[in-house]
Amino acid sequence: MTHPESAPAKNRRRKTFVERTVNDLAEALDHAAYADEVAQRDGLLQQLDPRAKVCGILLLVIAAVSVRNISVAALLFAVALALALLSRISFRVLAKRVWTSVLCFTGVIALPAIFLAPGAVMFRLPLLHWPVTSQGWWAAVRLITRAETASTLALLLVLSTPWTHVLKALRVFHVPVVFVVILGMTHRYIFSLLHLARDFFEARRSRLVGMMDRAQRRHLAASTAGVLLEKSLQLSGDVFLAMRSRGFRGGIYTLDDFRMKPRDWWALGAFVSMAALAFKLGNR
Amino acid sequence: MHIPDGYLSPSTCAALYAGSAPFWFVALKRVQRRLSARLVPLLSLVSAFSFVIMMFNLPLPGGTTGHAVGMGIATIVLGPWASILAISVALLIQAVFFGDGGITAYGANCFNMAVVGSLAAWTVYRIIAGRAPLQSPRRVFAAAIAGYLAINASALCAAIEFGIQPVLFHDAAGAPFYAPYPLSIAIPAMLIGHFSFAGIAELVISGGLVAWLQRADASLLKTTAPGAVESGGIAEPAASAWAALRPMWIGLAALMIATPLGLFAAGAAWGEWNAADFKKPEARREIAAASHNVAPPENPPAGLARLGSIWSAPIPDYAPSFLKSEKLGYLLSAMFGGGLIIAGGLAGGWFFGRSTAGRERKGAA
Repeated sequence: MTHPESAPAKNRRRKTFVERTVNDLAEALDHAAYADEVAQRDGLLQQLDPRAKVCGILLLVIAAVSVRNISVAALLFAVALALALLSRISFRVLAKRVWTSVLCFTGVIALPAIFLAPGAVMFRLPLLHWPVTSQGWWAAVRLITRAETASTLALLLVLSTPWTHVLKALRVFHVPVVFVVILGMTHRYIFSLLHLARDFFEARRSRLVGMMDRAQRRHLAASTAGVLLEKSLQLSGDVFLAMRSRGFRGGIYTLDDFRMKPRDWWALGAFVSMAALAFKLGNR
Repeated sequence: MHIPDGYLSPSTCAALYAGSAPFWFVALKRVQRRLSARLVPLLSLVSAFSFVIMMFNLPLPGGTTGHAVGMGIATIVLGPWASILAISVALLIQAVFFGDGGITAYGANCFNMAVVGSLAAWTVYRIIAGRAPLQSPRRVFAAAIAGYLAINASALCAAIEFGIQPVLFHDAAGAPFYAPYPLSIAIPAMLIGHFSFAGIAELVISGGLVAWLQRADASLLKTTAPGAVESGGIAEPAASAWAALRPMWIGLAALMIATPLGLFAAGAAWGEWNAADFKKPEARREIAAASHNVAPPENPPAGLARLGSIWSAPIPDYAPSFLKSEKLGYLLSAMFGGGLIIAGGLAGGWFFGRSTAGRERKGAA
C-alpha cells in the first residue's frame, strides 16, 4: 500500500497505468497546442498557401519513399532540414518528436536484418562473431533514412499548417466534402474527449490511497472507456440537434477562401522539381 | 501495427489504397443511406472515441500494458461499415497529425485495421454471439474473441505485406529496398506480439466494454444483434442458448458421425510427414505419388529433423499404443477429440456464465 506520507518514494517507483495514461493524454494535448503555436510563426512554410504546401510536401514524401539510392534519400533529408530551419522549427523539436522515436522503432526492426539478411559478410562482431552482411547493412540504412525523411516532412507540414487549412487543402485532391467535414469535427472532438478522459483518470488518481490490483485496473480502463463511449454517442446526438436547429439538412458547404500568389506557384514548382529530380536520380 | 512510411514499396501502397477504396465507397453509401444527416456528428464522435481509446494504457497479464485499436467495440456498436469509416478517420488523424503510421502507408493501415479488422470482428462476433439476448454473457465472450481475432487478422495482413517486400523489391546484390524480412520471419514476429500483448489489449477493451454496456445501456449493442432481446439483466435462458447454438451442435454431430470416412483415405496427408518417413521406402513412394512423382530428398530437411522431435503427442497418428486395432484407435481418438472440444466449450460457457451471474448478484445487492 502506498501512503501519502511516503511521497518521495513515489518518484522512484514505476508509474501506474493511470499515471501513464494521464501522461499520454496530456502529451497529445501538448502536441496540439505546440502545433498551433508553430503554425502562427513567421516562417517560409507558414507563409505558403496550404494547397501548394500539401501538394508539394506530399510529393516529397512519395519521392522519399520511392528512392532506392541512399545518397538521394539523404539529400531529401537535407531538404527537410533546410525547410525546418527556414520555417523556424527547431531541430531539437524534430529530434524529440520524430527522429528519436523513428530511430528507436525502425532501428529495432532494422537491426536484426544486418545479421539475418543473407549476403556477402562485411565483418563479424568482435565477441559474438555474428556476421554483418553488406545486403543487410544497406537494407537497414536505406530503411532508416527513408523513414526518418518521410516522417520529418510529414511533421513539417503539420507543424506549419493549422489543421483546418490542411483539411480544406484536401479538397484539391477531390476528397469528398463530407469526409473533410467529418475529419474536421473528429479533430475538434478528439480534444474534448482527451480532456474528458484525462479528467476521469485524474479524478480517480486523486482518490487513490492504495495500489489497485490487475482486475481493478482492467475494470477501471473498461468502465472509463464505456463512459467515454456513452458520452461520445450522447454528444453526437446533442451536436446533431444543435446543427439541425441551425438549419442543417445534410448539405455540406465549405469556404474555400485560399488565394494562390506568385510565391506559392514558385514554391510549388520548386517542390515538384525536387521530387521529379529525386525520382529520376534515386531510381537509376 | 501502424505501418510507417518507407516500409512498403510505392506500388504496394498504391495497391492497398486501391484495395481499400471500394470498401470506403460502399461504407460511405451504406452509412449515408442508414443515417443520412446524423452521419457527420456520429462518425466524428466515434472516430474521436477510437482515437482516444488507442491512447489508453491497458493493464495486461504479466504486469505490462498495451494499446488497443478499438476495432472490435466500434464494429459491435456501429456495425462493420460505419466502423470502417470511423477507424479510417481516426487513422488519418493519427498519421497526419501525430505521425503514428505513414501517409503513403495510410491505405495499407486502413486495409489492415479498418477493413479487415472491422469485417473480421463483425463475422466472429455474429457467429459466436448468435441470437443471444443483449445481456447474455455469451456476448461478452463473443466481443472479447472478436476483438482478439480481429487484431490478429490485421497483424497477419501487415505481416504478409512486410514479408513480400524483400521477395519483390531488392537490388542486384539481393539487398532489400523496403521491409527486410521474408514471410518466414515477418509472420511469426508480428503474430507473437499480437497473440500475446496487443491481442489481449483488444480482448480486454472489447469484452470489458460490452460487459459495461450491458449494465449501462444495452440498447447500444442492438446494431449488430438482430433478433436479440433485452433480458433486463437476467441471465440467458437455457432454451435460447440451445436454440442459438443448435446449428453448431448439429454440424458437430454430423462431423462425428462422418468420422469413419477417414478410414477410407489412402496414404498420408500431403506435408504431414515426419523425419522418419523419408527413410521408409513405403512412405517415400507415398510422398512421391502425392507430389506429382517428384522424389523426396534422401535425408529429411535439417529443420524438420530438429524441430520434429521437440514435442511427442500422447496419441501419435490417432493410434493409442494400448490398442492393437488401428481402426478402433482412430475412432476412439475422434470421439476423445470431439469430447474434449465439447467439454472445453461447456467449461468456457460455465465460467463466463458464472462470473457474469456473480457480478449481477453483486450489482443487485
